Amino acid sequence: MNFLQTLIVRVAYAIILLLAVLVLNFSMMHLAPGDVADTIAQANGGADAEVLAAIRAEYGLDQPFLVQLGRYIGNVLQGNLGYSFYYREPVTELILQRIPATLLLVFSAQILALLIGVLLGVISAQKPNGLTSHFVTFIALFGYSAPVFWTGILLLIGFSLQFQWFPVAGMRDVTIEGGFWVKSWDVLVHLILPMITLASVFLALYSRLTRATMLEQLRTDYVRTAYAKGMPHGTVVYQHALKNALSPVITLAGLQFSAVISGAVLVEAVFSWPGLGTLAFTSILARDTPTILGILFFSALVVIIGNLLTDLAQKLVDPRIGGKG
Amino acid sequence: MRHIFKGLMTATALASMVATAAHADEPKKGGTLVTVLGSNVRNLNSAVQSGIVTGFPGAQLFASPLRYDENWEPQPYLAETWETSEDGLTVTLNLVKNAKFHDGTPLTSEDVAFSVEVIKANHPFKSMFAPVESVETPDAHTAVLKLSKPHPALMLAMSGQLMSIIPKHIYGDGEITDVKAHPRNNENVVGSGPFKLVEFKNGEHVILERFDDFFIDGRPYLDKIVMRIITDPAARAIAYENGELHMGAFESLPRIINRLKGVDSLTVTPDGYGAIGPLDWLAMNTTKGPLADVRVRKAIAYAVDKNFIHKALMQGTAADSTTGIHPDSPFYAAQDGYDLDLEKSAALLDEAGYPVKDGSRMSLTIDFGWPGVKPQVEYVKAALKKVNIDVEVVSSADFPTWAKKMGTGDFDMSWDTVFNWGDPVIGVHRTYDSSNIQKGVWSNTQGYSNARVDELMAMAAVETDDAKRKELYAEFQAIIADELPVYHTNTLPYHTVYNTEKVGNPPIGIWGTSTPIDMTYLK
Repeated sequence: MNFLQTLIVRVAYAIILLLAVLVLNFSMMHLAPGDVADTIAQANGGADAEVLAAIRAEYGLDQPFLVQLGRYIGNVLQGNLGYSFYYREPVTELILQRIPATLLLVFSAQILALLIGVLLGVISAQKPNGLTSHFVTFIALFGYSAPVFWTGILLLIGFSLQFQWFPVAGMRDVTIEGGFWVKSWDVLVHLILPMITLASVFLALYSRLTRATMLEQLRTDYVRTAYAKGMPHGTVVYQHALKNALSPVITLAGLQFSAVISGAVLVEAVFSWPGLGTLAFTSILARDTPTILGILFFSALVVIIGNLLTDLAQKLVDPRIGGKG
Repeated sequence: MRHIFKGLMTATALASMVATAAHADEPKKGGTLVTVLGSNVRNLNSAVQSGIVTGFPGAQLFASPLRYDENWEPQPYLAETWETSEDGLTVTLNLVKNAKFHDGTPLTSEDVAFSVEVIKANHPFKSMFAPVESVETPDAHTAVLKLSKPHPALMLAMSGQLMSIIPKHIYGDGEITDVKAHPRNNENVVGSGPFKLVEFKNGEHVILERFDDFFIDGRPYLDKIVMRIITDPAARAIAYENGELHMGAFESLPRIINRLKGVDSLTVTPDGYGAIGPLDWLAMNTTKGPLADVRVRKAIAYAVDKNFIHKALMQGTAADSTTGIHPDSPFYAAQDGYDLDLEKSAALLDEAGYPVKDGSRMSLTIDFGWPGVKPQVEYVKAALKKVNIDVEVVSSADFPTWAKKMGTGDFDMSWDTVFNWGDPVIGVHRTYDSSNIQKGVWSNTQGYSNARVDELMAMAAVETDDAKRKELYAEFQAIIADELPVYHTNTLPYHTVYNTEKVGNPPIGIWGTSTPIDMTYLK
């Protein structure tokens, strides 16, 4: 199968998968008792049956299930994810507004986790039983085991309350006046704590995997040969062994992408980061079905695209993988 | 007796309010107040959206006919003076002459008439303006409300949280019939309040700035208000502590309240929630099973130790509450509580015909709708075990799931929080009125029915003499406390937090932050 054929088949699968996701999500949301009318009533401190019925009629919630499902899928196929009851805005617009903040957080956290994780992994692999190695293992395990909201609040208490280096919440300080650079700096300052919080989880995965694969590589014949040829230690480790050790790490990073997004939900909630995670969180609490479905659909899309890109990245690092494609 | 409510001159009102709230400090002009909202805002138009989150920005953007001081006395706002006719069927509002909307259009009685129409059609509190049949506009600055029956609750209903005067020339533009869905509810909002909208980014912030043409001279004091949206209570607490937030309201976690009380720079106060009137209670379904028997309900009250709830669960942050009316309300008549008495409880259960068989008298369920009250329901389970009642805790996946169960009467007991919303007519009657049984959440979900209670509420709703109303509500509260459709345990511990060194004259009147903060200033 050539590359184009693979691509077409995979895209077809992706579309079928997405349709299945749509039907499944919609059905599951429908099965849950209660609906957005109750939430709207809650925001208003209660409402009578007449008001509730009017709200249901207004949003078509009084229609039979299949009618609602059909209408929904029809809309999605036309690129319309529906209208948020809660925010009173089109879902597509809501999601598009929130994507940049989430992508900024997720990518910077991933990059930070990869850079530091790989570095720590390489360092600890060189002296697997040394003190540094144990320390790295401990830190990694700690970051992985601690719940993200706990890590987040811990960092807040330390760096926002005690040292007052970083702001508590949000993505920018609206009282700051200034040009592009001033505002970018402000966003960066707001980004650091949530980024570290989110990265702390994945750092552990990357450092431990790097450590394991590096140990494996360092024991192989080609490394021994390289040393025998008198190649400097640094070159052997960073140019030869690391290149081979990285492949599984990148695979993992790609697979983790969806986990990063779900991890972002809690981090965003703690830091009031105005991204998709916060949106998902509030929509779930409000049972804002169209928004929840929209986010789920979007996440499925991201995971599928993420997996495709991972395959490509893998091929770049190690062309032997999936050689036929 | 003729009831004339003569408004004081605005200046006098200002002087007296400032004098009581701030001692030596002179209000200063200028500055940006950074404050916080604890959740996202659905809608900035408080004429069609109630709730405390809309109430804060809503009361800044839109003015209302009246405002209330901390002693529950109505004060002039858009209405300079007001007058109720002898028969209580006509309320005349004399509007200030210089009120303008943020777009420069003068505010007239037409806008008042239009707003009443919109609120009647859209606002969830139907009882609020139901007796208002029409609004006449003899001239641009006189609005005459014609009532089908006397309606003493109207006075409170005319204050900021409940009666925003919205511009007819914008919302009555004819193209959009549904004001609830009007795009101008969230962007380019035009009101006549002390502040105008600069930017609203849901999930991030609401930014308001001083309206220079505000109808009260020299006010507001603040140049700008930044309302940041921070949903995590722990993060908010840290932001108060490190000075990022000057002020915030509706903080309700005992652990956090007590921590913030220990911070030197902060004042943490439960004052200012009387009209909102949030109450926590144990609801009991009176329509089925053992709980249909009032003796069983009493036995449960005797077995639940309020002391434990107050000291251990609320950590001393909440006030006691023994009736359906908030203790800060002038209509509150405290009742004798059900002090912990397991013997009495057991005797009542025996009497009701539920003897102990195989270690158990009966099995009941207790629901809860949000995670914050899990300790309370777990405590009820443990407490009732002592009188051999087995309780199963039912947690709902989310609020709508719980609301559905309440609305359809599919529960035995539930933990609940309900607001008074100012006058008992607006927020109290709905829980006990037998004509309001099982119509969705926060109606009479307990299925409680008592002819005398219905009668008392009907009389209190039209009684214009405050002293007589008080008597009627006293009897009402005594019956409720005796028959226990709900067991009242405590007020919800809402607290306002502000930086003592920075914020002058914080909003701690009866409406909390759901009131114009044109008198708040930065030191």
